[in-house]
Amino acid sequence: MENENYFAGLASGVKSLATGLKTTMREFFTKKITEQYPENRDHLEMFERFRGSLTMPHNEQNEHKCIGCGLCQMACPNDTIKVTSEFYETEDGKKKKRLVKYEYNLGSCMFCQLCTRACPHGAIEFDQSFENAVFDRTKLIKVLNHEGSKVQEKG
Amino acid sequence: MFDFSEISKWLHGLLTGVMPEWAAILTESVLVALAIITLYAVFAIVLIYMERKVCAFFQCRLGPMRVGPWGTLQVFSDVFKMLTKEIINLRKTDMFLHNLAPFLVVMASMVTFACLPWNKGAQIIDFNIGVFFFLAVSGIGVVGILLAGWSSNNKYSLIGAMRSGAQIISYELSIGMTMLTMICLTGTMSFSEICEQQSVEGWNIFRGHIPAVLAFIIYLVAGNAECNRGPFDLPESESELTAGYHTEYSGMHFGYYYLAEYLNLFICAGMASTIFLGGWAPLHIAGLDGFNGVMDLIPGAVWFLVKTFFVVFLLMWLRWTFPRLRIDQILSLEWKYLVPITMLNLILMALVVVYGLHF
Amino acid sequence: MENKENIQPGGATTKPVAGAAAKPAARPAAAAAPTGPAENELTPKVLQPNEVYAFVREQYDNGYLFLENLTGMDWGEEGLGVIYQIENPETGKKLCFQTATTDRQDPVLASLVDFYDIANIYEREVYDFFGIRFVGHPDMRRIYLREDWIGFPMRKDDETEKFNPLRMDNEPLTDETVGLRPVDEARKTLDYTTQKNPIFTPEDYVVNIGPQHPSTHGVLHFRVSLEGERICKIDPVLGYIHRGVEKLNEQLTYPQTLALTDRLDYLGAMQNRHATCMVIEKAMQVEVSDRVKVIRTIMDELQRIDSHILFFSCLCQDLGATTAFLYGFRDREKILDIFEETCGGRLILNYNTIGGVMADIHPNFQKRVSEFIPYMRKNIKEYYDIFVNNVIFRNRAIGVGVLTKEDCISYGCTGGTGRAAGWHNDVRKRMPYAAYDRVQFNEVLHSEGDSYARTLVRLEEIMESLNIIEQLIDNIPEGNYQEKMKPIIKVPAGVYYSAVEGSRGEFGALLVSKGDKSPYRLHYRSTGLPLVAVMDHACRGNMIADLITIGGTLDYVVPDIDR
Repeated sequence: MENENYFAGLASGVKSLATGLKTTMREFFTKKITEQYPENRDHLEMFERFRGSLTMPHNEQNEHKCIGCGLCQMACPNDTIKVTSEFYETEDGKKKKRLVKYEYNLGSCMFCQLCTRACPHGAIEFDQSFENAVFDRTKLIKVLNHEGSKVQEKG
Repeated sequence: MFDFSEISKWLHGLLTGVMPEWAAILTESVLVALAIITLYAVFAIVLIYMERKVCAFFQCRLGPMRVGPWGTLQVFSDVFKMLTKEIINLRKTDMFLHNLAPFLVVMASMVTFACLPWNKGAQIIDFNIGVFFFLAVSGIGVVGILLAGWSSNNKYSLIGAMRSGAQIISYELSIGMTMLTMICLTGTMSFSEICEQQSVEGWNIFRGHIPAVLAFIIYLVAGNAECNRGPFDLPESESELTAGYHTEYSGMHFGYYYLAEYLNLFICAGMASTIFLGGWAPLHIAGLDGFNGVMDLIPGAVWFLVKTFFVVFLLMWLRWTFPRLRIDQILSLEWKYLVPITMLNLILMALVVVYGLHF
Repeated sequence: MENKENIQPGGATTKPVAGAAAKPAARPAAAAAPTGPAENELTPKVLQPNEVYAFVREQYDNGYLFLENLTGMDWGEEGLGVIYQIENPETGKKLCFQTATTDRQDPVLASLVDFYDIANIYEREVYDFFGIRFVGHPDMRRIYLREDWIGFPMRKDDETEKFNPLRMDNEPLTDETVGLRPVDEARKTLDYTTQKNPIFTPEDYVVNIGPQHPSTHGVLHFRVSLEGERICKIDPVLGYIHRGVEKLNEQLTYPQTLALTDRLDYLGAMQNRHATCMVIEKAMQVEVSDRVKVIRTIMDELQRIDSHILFFSCLCQDLGATTAFLYGFRDREKILDIFEETCGGRLILNYNTIGGVMADIHPNFQKRVSEFIPYMRKNIKEYYDIFVNNVIFRNRAIGVGVLTKEDCISYGCTGGTGRAAGWHNDVRKRMPYAAYDRVQFNEVLHSEGDSYARTLVRLEEIMESLNIIEQLIDNIPEGNYQEKMKPIIKVPAGVYYSAVEGSRGEFGALLVSKGDKSPYRLHYRSTGLPLVAVMDHACRGNMIADLITIGGTLDYVVPDIDR
């Protein structure tokens, strides 16, 4: 602010301030962008690729596609997945592996998608649920295979 | 025009009828004190709600919506929360000064609040050097801020308080000079007479034309700085000093600063409306008697509040538009721009008055 | 174990896209057997520890003024050492050399702080992780880890858990540091005498800005010594969000390392992952399809716009213009929606993979992006109206925190900070990658080097990025979105480096592979570390309020600094 610029500086300064005031006043009357969650819960739709938490889809016969191979468990960088499987004997005497328990710890999952990419059968996928808050950390450990479910027969 | 002094006279008569003179005056004082404290709290709540909504609308947001319809009960719940919070005393603070400081601030703002003329005849503190009294009392607030910064034993607080001191003391000068400019026009320092005069001769901002408009703008800038509000909010600039001088306060002690900040905004706007916009004087346009008659029907208190809230809105608009200044820029704005301009403006006003160029 | 890495439902061919036929482009013969060295392989010249100083002096005089990267290494038997990458900023020529010492008890190397200011902080990092001390360095303190940490965690034989339980006491902070003064000025021998250097004296009025502070953009801690409102000295204390990403990388498989890159500079998630994928792909000599290249380019530019909008917003917020802050966020929301629709995430995007991208672009992608371009061009005017042209901001930014071109080069401040001082450092121009060689754009340059120029550079880059996207968005060629990769990815042994232009400078990934399924060492050239290192230099003599302005315009992101 040298002396010669004193008045010019003052004028341009006031002008720039007025421009700013004009801008905010215009925004004062524009439509507001607030999304009122949870009031808008009913019609809130997430994008289909959103990664909420890992799920294992079951069909109407309570069947899933997981064969208990454990590839997802190995792919996981965080030890989030614990697959428990057992061998059993089929009627024709062959030994086969089947899933007993598929434990998934939402608390340590970092949604990197390595498990879903590793799965050869597309048995697991991410859903769009995002209201994952719980009061107890143990509730974050979820068992993904349903009670009494079994693997879908190929065909 | 309705004159509030009739009510106070009636009340005085009623009280002196049943009790001695001194007891009547004492009772009246208590009533007035209660009234002013209630008003103080009510306006603080209204202003905080207004600020949150106005700020939100400038920012493409909706602001508080959850508590009550359109969030109207939000501030009440905030106040309730504030009242229930613990006041934390830290080790190594100067306990006495630390506890004293918020009361100084709130006291200064309450006494200045009492200077506002609400209606014809409805003014609590009114005497012939009212303007001086107002300026003097509002200066007490800065002591509270400095004490807060010093006694907190916190480096952020201290820097904030020092900034605040430098800033408020500087800007008192502009406030005083702009007021002086207007006194030059009105010829009186009593707020009631200033308003009375404007109800007869028209609002000062129209009467005094160019110098009055200039004084009004400078008053708004300096008043904003006096209230420590953005763009002059650097005593508490949260991005530099986290909360400035009230970093270490909690509970209602912090609440007092918060209250005082908003009431100072109201007082600043109220003074602007009193001195420049006619206070409770209704809008009169010379020659339109019918229009003037309708305007007279609106009570003076409504006029006063409408004008004040208009100025409050202007100040909020400023606050939510501009970035913050730096301390040296604040001081150079005051000393290199505002002070010389107000001085010239004072001379201009004197010339206007001497040559009778005003309306 | 087949299919571990690579599931491509439906053979991963993509739907035809409008205008796609226009650009099949000259595509090199796909995935032929690797012949010759990978194009990003480095062949570091091996120097003896006592030769380094003289060698660098010679190269410095030849114009190699920019220390691009400095990577600490533990080669095991071959000793502890450092890989240096220097560059001549005028000609763009690069030079890579390495040195090692077999003394594991007290390993010492020659410090380069005499030539490069940034070496100060890089060498502290190496000391912190490998315990190598540098002769001639004035300040051999740990930088990320606690001062009472025992051992050097990146040494292959370090037993970190054994000596370092979770400490619940406060971290000690010393006011005194140790410097290593060389006995021989020419560093023919690396003998040294130790010397105590004070950081702050008891007379200094030291204020802690951070680690919890609104303007440090994360858990960054500056100890600032003040004289009134003037800043005398700044000592950055880093490591509050240090997660040991580089150490973790040594145990993870290559696809797993990618999961961590989004978490470095979260405003450059696309670019970080792009660089890491690129270094692995090029090392394996995998050629990704044109489609992937173009998608990656568009995503990188969207990310850059996202980052620059956030830069603007946060700068406004730091300077008290809260309203402008929200205008920025309003616009950024549009980009995040675009990201979320295609990538499934808003901040942690998780999109690039080795050999392609996670999923093809969403059918709405092109429409949304095409709508966004004019929207953003219109709204950016508002940024100028409300903030950039405002007299208050101009007064606060013009001439504040000036960094000359020499400063920027010496401190390695790439990106917008360097370009604001007139340094041509755009990786997209210097060493074009992805689809940058087929689009027209200008490298935004200013010469003032002050906070105002840094702000303008970012805003003008938003416009340039919009131009780049506009050229590509209707011309996305057809092709696979994912190349077929082996289930277990192994990179041939060697040293590789790839860099991209991140949101705030050159983001590079240096990969040392021994042919295993996890990297032997994967070091990231942080974009933010030089920007923090330069703070002391840029802020001295300015006021506290300027620290906020300078910090805001340098635009560092803390998780990227601490890694």
